Amino acid sequence: MARLIRTEKEVEGRYEEVWLVVEEDALEQWPAGARAIVGQPAVRIDGLQRARGEAIYTADLRLNGMLHAAVLRSPHARARIRHIDLAPALALPGVHAAAGPGEIEQLVDECDYQGVAVAAVCADTLAQARTAVAAIGVEWEVLEPLLDPDEAVRRGELLDEPRVRGRGDYEQGLAEADVVLTGEFRTAVVMHNSMETHQAVVQWVGDGVEVHISTQYIWGIRDEVAAGLGLPPDKVRVVCNYMGGGFGSKNGADDYTFIAAELAKRTGRPVKCALTRREENLAAGNRNATIQRLTVGAKSDGTLTALGGDFVNAVGWSGWSSSTEGPMQMLYACPNVKTTTYGAKINQPPMKAFRAPGFVEGTFGLESLLDELASKLGVDPLELRRLNYAETTADDRPFSGKQLLECYRRAEPHWERRHAVRARSTDTVKRGVGMASQIWYGGGGPPSYAWVRVSSDGHATVITAMQDIGTGTGTAMAQIAAEELGIPLDHVTVSLGDSARGPYAAISAGSSTTPSMGPAVRAAAADAKAQILEIAEQRGTPDAPLAEVVALLESGQILGKGARGPNPAGMQVLTFGVQVAEVAVDVETGEVWVDRIAAIHDVGRVINPLGASSQIEGGIIQGVGHTLSEERLHDPRTGEILTTSLDAYRLPTIADVPEIVSELIDQPDTHLTNLGSKGLGEPPIVPTAAAIANAIRDATGADVRRLPITRAEMLRALREAELRQREREKVGAPAGV
Amino acid sequence: MSAPELHVNGHRYEVRSPVGTTLAEALRDELSLTGTKIACGEGHCGACTVLVDGTPTLSCITLVHAVGDAKVTTIEGVRDHPMIEAFVRTDALQCGFCTPGQVMSAVALVDATPAPTTEEIRHAMAGNLCRCGAYPKIEEAIRTWHA
Repeated sequence: MARLIRTEKEVEGRYEEVWLVVEEDALEQWPAGARAIVGQPAVRIDGLQRARGEAIYTADLRLNGMLHAAVLRSPHARARIRHIDLAPALALPGVHAAAGPGEIEQLVDECDYQGVAVAAVCADTLAQARTAVAAIGVEWEVLEPLLDPDEAVRRGELLDEPRVRGRGDYEQGLAEADVVLTGEFRTAVVMHNSMETHQAVVQWVGDGVEVHISTQYIWGIRDEVAAGLGLPPDKVRVVCNYMGGGFGSKNGADDYTFIAAELAKRTGRPVKCALTRREENLAAGNRNATIQRLTVGAKSDGTLTALGGDFVNAVGWSGWSSSTEGPMQMLYACPNVKTTTYGAKINQPPMKAFRAPGFVEGTFGLESLLDELASKLGVDPLELRRLNYAETTADDRPFSGKQLLECYRRAEPHWERRHAVRARSTDTVKRGVGMASQIWYGGGGPPSYAWVRVSSDGHATVITAMQDIGTGTGTAMAQIAAEELGIPLDHVTVSLGDSARGPYAAISAGSSTTPSMGPAVRAAAADAKAQILEIAEQRGTPDAPLAEVVALLESGQILGKGARGPNPAGMQVLTFGVQVAEVAVDVETGEVWVDRIAAIHDVGRVINPLGASSQIEGGIIQGVGHTLSEERLHDPRTGEILTTSLDAYRLPTIADVPEIVSELIDQPDTHLTNLGSKGLGEPPIVPTAAAIANAIRDATGADVRRLPITRAEMLRALREAELRQREREKVGAPAGV
Repeated sequence: MSAPELHVNGHRYEVRSPVGTTLAEALRDELSLTGTKIACGEGHCGACTVLVDGTPTLSCITLVHAVGDAKVTTIEGVRDHPMIEAFVRTDALQCGFCTPGQVMSAVALVDATPAPTTEEIRHAMAGNLCRCGAYPKIEEAIRTWHA
């Protein structure tokens, strides 16, 4: 039965209090361990379509009469348009319409970052549209940009009030410490660079609009487009059958959707607006840079007495200030914590969520500093983390499930390899092993709905208007339905990707699709199964197999429905893990190789171990990119972005991939839903950078303080370590005599 | 003057696209062979890889009028190649947008070297970017494609 509750809703680490209608989750969890289908490796149900190139992505869509849009974007970090002339564009062959600043909200003449949209044209072909955009005459007044995030904080140029969080008495905690360490950590801007760029095809049909879009949130697009165009939401149909990657950057409708909608309205034809790769590197979001000034105080045995930090998120011109302080607040049982987080507003393209926003950056700072502490105290880094293990949340709430100690235990054999790894060092190539812990959200939540349709041939279809952004959640849903119905996996089809053809489904962000959708799918399958059992009982054959009972239906169908129940009240639902990295450092050139990463994560019950291992590998590989090669560069005077191609912006290739060993604890979270499953999209990227940085310290004694760890940063850290060693020898010498 | 012909997957087509059109655009827009993807449009990522006389070629920076009599093979032309099944079996794809290009590079590799070493796989595949990071499984797919 439906029930109205007031609850905390979490997406990407951001909470809000909302009213929610939830339905009770009456099903008992399955016992721990692999079952006939759930917990068994399954190949993707749509793998063949994707691998054969049959899958139609938004990029592949060609509607009758479709026009192509191109967008003029500001080439300046800060500028205003004195004069703009669209006439030369409109005069060119093939051009159907053009829109300039102010004609829709998304086109502006005050440009506060490079890449902001100012005008758009649509034409018969993309080439014609691009030629037309180049013909638009613009007179720019270039203004001085604000680029330095620290300067923005000094000037009070902030997105919102500084976020101060804490517990206990931080100053007192420092006073009680035997050792106090400080460190300044910096992380660079990194780009999502999904292989399919941001794009939409918009078509007005009757009194409504159809939006085909590469998105992580079909229902969010529906609401946003409805609000933006002044339509009732049910006049907006959103379709995304296949999508080519998002990583957090495709949660909203963005300028291209509204540009396509406007030009489609003016021309009466479908319009596609697709970002080029160059635009993608400007105007499609990014993981913002951070500056983290951190302090840790501890007793000589390693017990933490104080943690503190000033965090500057260089957000860009808009966006939100992600929880970079989150790991410091949540990971350890430290009684005295104080953090202040600033969202610095600068003339750079706005951030968007990127796979565990804030926590990737914050974990690099915190876990690096803790490793420095362990090194300083001569305490084993793994033991230091066990010593400060948090039994409850900071506000004394229980965790719904936490297998972090089990993760640590299973990390031991990997951690033990460090002696052998170090022993393989040479004079110029030093080797070492480092570890870091992971904490992140990933519990999902209501609402989310699914229908299950069973036909007389004993086959079932899961229907829900969710999206599969490449994580394989569609496959997981098929497994859950097949398991509950007791039918083979290949008897289940999943129908998703269309707001007109299924009920509401959650956003695919915050590692939430499987934990939000999975329980709804199981509930729908259980509802169908209960109906089938009723029929069997009426027939006097209650034990008859499902196939035999439904065979009576002929053209009849059994329709089951299910909803996601509430999250456990009073508890915090989180994911945990640990990674152990092995590196080699050439101390002459500063080159760093990652040889091996072992990843052990706790995400509750695992639905598909094959897909799960792929998620872990993908997260780690992005993490290796963030750590060693990826960095958006800009001209420090003008703010012009210098890395807008995949040549300049260095993504990891197959040749950069270390050996990856992954393991999941696979214990259902007994308090969470009828599945006990949490999400896995984000956890694997969280600890990778810190584990690599700590392995570098183990190998060389050098403290790297900046991502990416370029050769220059590595050589700087090595020089600093060498000077520190010399100082120590100088100071230590008289005492030793 | 008659339109030039393009040989694709064993068929001949008349090219009507204007001079300056890339092979990728002609395949996708003129022939509706949208299995070939364009992800960067400037030859940096490998998503548009097709075979031209058996050689992996970046179709987004190849002009269609420069292909001449060469035989073009796209992902649609290898739909029953065991490499496809290997990619699916090993979970060597996530979002799948780079996958047709990956498959084409892999097919060219094993046509020349049926049992490539890890080094050979990494060398041949280093030009095909995958942002989802399916690389370990892509390596496994190519190592075990004939299994």
